[in-house]
Amino acid sequence: MLELNVTKQLGDFTLDANLKAPAQGVTALFGQSGSGKTSLLRMLAGLDRPEHGLICIDDTVFVDTERRLFIPPHKRRLGVVFQEALLFPHYSVRGNLEYGMAVGAKAEFDMLVELLGIEHLLGRMPGVLSGGEARRVAIGRALLTKPRMLLMDEPLTGLDGARKQELLSYIMRLTHEVDIPVLFVSHDTQEVMAIADRLALVEKGRVVASGELGAMLTQSELSAQLGGFAATSLLKARWTAHDDMTGLSWFELDDGQRLALSRVECVADDILHIQVNVHDVALALSRPTGTSFINMLDAEIEALTEGQQGGVELTLRLGDQCLRAQVTPYVADALGLREGLPVIALIRSASLARQRRSRAS
Amino acid sequence: MLTDLEWEALTLSLRISSVAVAAILIPGICIAWVLARHEFRGKAMLDGLIHLPLVLPPVVVGYLLLVGLGRRSPLGSWLKDTFDISLPFTWQGAALAGGVMAFPLLVRAVRLSLEAVDPRLEAAAHTLGAGHLRVFLTITLPLAVPGILTGGVLAFARSLSEFGATITFAANIPDETRTLPLALYTLIQMPGREDAAARLCVVSIVVAMISLMASEWLARRTRKRLGGRDA
Repeated sequence: MLELNVTKQLGDFTLDANLKAPAQGVTALFGQSGSGKTSLLRMLAGLDRPEHGLICIDDTVFVDTERRLFIPPHKRRLGVVFQEALLFPHYSVRGNLEYGMAVGAKAEFDMLVELLGIEHLLGRMPGVLSGGEARRVAIGRALLTKPRMLLMDEPLTGLDGARKQELLSYIMRLTHEVDIPVLFVSHDTQEVMAIADRLALVEKGRVVASGELGAMLTQSELSAQLGGFAATSLLKARWTAHDDMTGLSWFELDDGQRLALSRVECVADDILHIQVNVHDVALALSRPTGTSFINMLDAEIEALTEGQQGGVELTLRLGDQCLRAQVTPYVADALGLREGLPVIALIRSASLARQRRSRAS
Repeated sequence: MLTDLEWEALTLSLRISSVAVAAILIPGICIAWVLARHEFRGKAMLDGLIHLPLVLPPVVVGYLLLVGLGRRSPLGSWLKDTFDISLPFTWQGAALAGGVMAFPLLVRAVRLSLEAVDPRLEAAAHTLGAGHLRVFLTITLPLAVPGILTGGVLAFARSLSEFGATITFAANIPDETRTLPLALYTLIQMPGREDAAARLCVVSIVVAMISLMASEWLARRTRKRLGGRDA
């Protein structure tokens, strides 16, 4: 468990944050620039000191101002990937990778170098690397110290679209194959959707909410802050079968209902995050016949709230998960939508947000 | 090509300046680092003290050294009694005078290059598990090498040209403290030795040119090694 409860005055900006997150999987610190996410990361890394507070991971206390305890950064065993790669210009790529290499990380060296696709760069100097290459080396350099947690401060900022996608897919591979908790600072919804398991929302120096990504997205009271996520729901589903005839892949939700997507490559027991936009969810009171909808899910209306732009926001319960939908007040009235009403959610289209190996749960 | 006298003055000058630079290099880097990376009370005072030889008449520096380290001063007699070291009127004393005069130039150049090292690189090294000493030795110092070389050569040249402090503290003793400038001065004092004085003048210019060019070459080489892009 990562615990961070700190205050610090930075000019006229007050940082007063309280965060608790399990030390596993990927936790995203999400917020606008200037919200204080990077300051939190720097305090966790030991590069800044809080005025008051406590920072610890499990039983290891890094900072406790009451006991006047401050562990310096080099003794925290936290890998940090900065916004700029910050490679040492006077060391080769190999030298950079080996700079903080832990005893006994030799075996991982080859694995990581291959995973990050930087074998061919080992002999080069950092000055000749492209932005994406340099950041991959920086990630490898941090991981080779065998840290107890990897902290990434907007590692994708400043890369162009294609490079960004490429680095993102490397990071996604890493989070699948290297079992290390990650704290990921970002203001980009696409990035967060792609790799985060949990989300902590940072606003004006405070952590205003945190929790599982899917659950956070369905909290309509957060929709203003999460506006950038374009009103999306995430559904966790397990792959069950491919259908070669139709070219569809079938998935099972945790309440046993089935869902189809156009074919994706996966293996048995893969858990996937399926992304559904609110505008792609239609409602029916009874199961329609003769429609183009393949995915029709039994659900129950859990909450109705007034959404932005005069629409009605609906939270639909599917077993333990939630799905968001949006209708006009006229439709809500005509269908007599109310809390507790069973409905059929018709899903026009859904896409894969992310694929994660079954170890996730 | 060179007469014995000229050769003697040249080698003595080179030896004294080399010793002077070698002696001030490590303290100079330490003080430059303290000034570049730390804030403390009395920093302006220390900064001023170090720069004093740059603005004081060299004779004053030589006189202060004489007062402080002369045989009858407490420090001077202690050095004499304990280590049998006597600095005034010896070539070691000349090296000390040259070193003191060159110190501010060295500290200035090294401080500038240390300040130019990106502190975020040092922070990155800390997060990779390196303690302060390792960060200094593996990141800060190597990245400051061009400035240290420049500062070293500058200090060497300053020490070579040192006259006032040397003649006051170490006097003008042939084959002991008579460096190039002092030999030149001596020749100018003698009627009819204008030719010899002119020759020494040329020697001084050549030595100075060689050291400046060497520093430029070294700086370019290290820059190349540091940044792949300039290579």
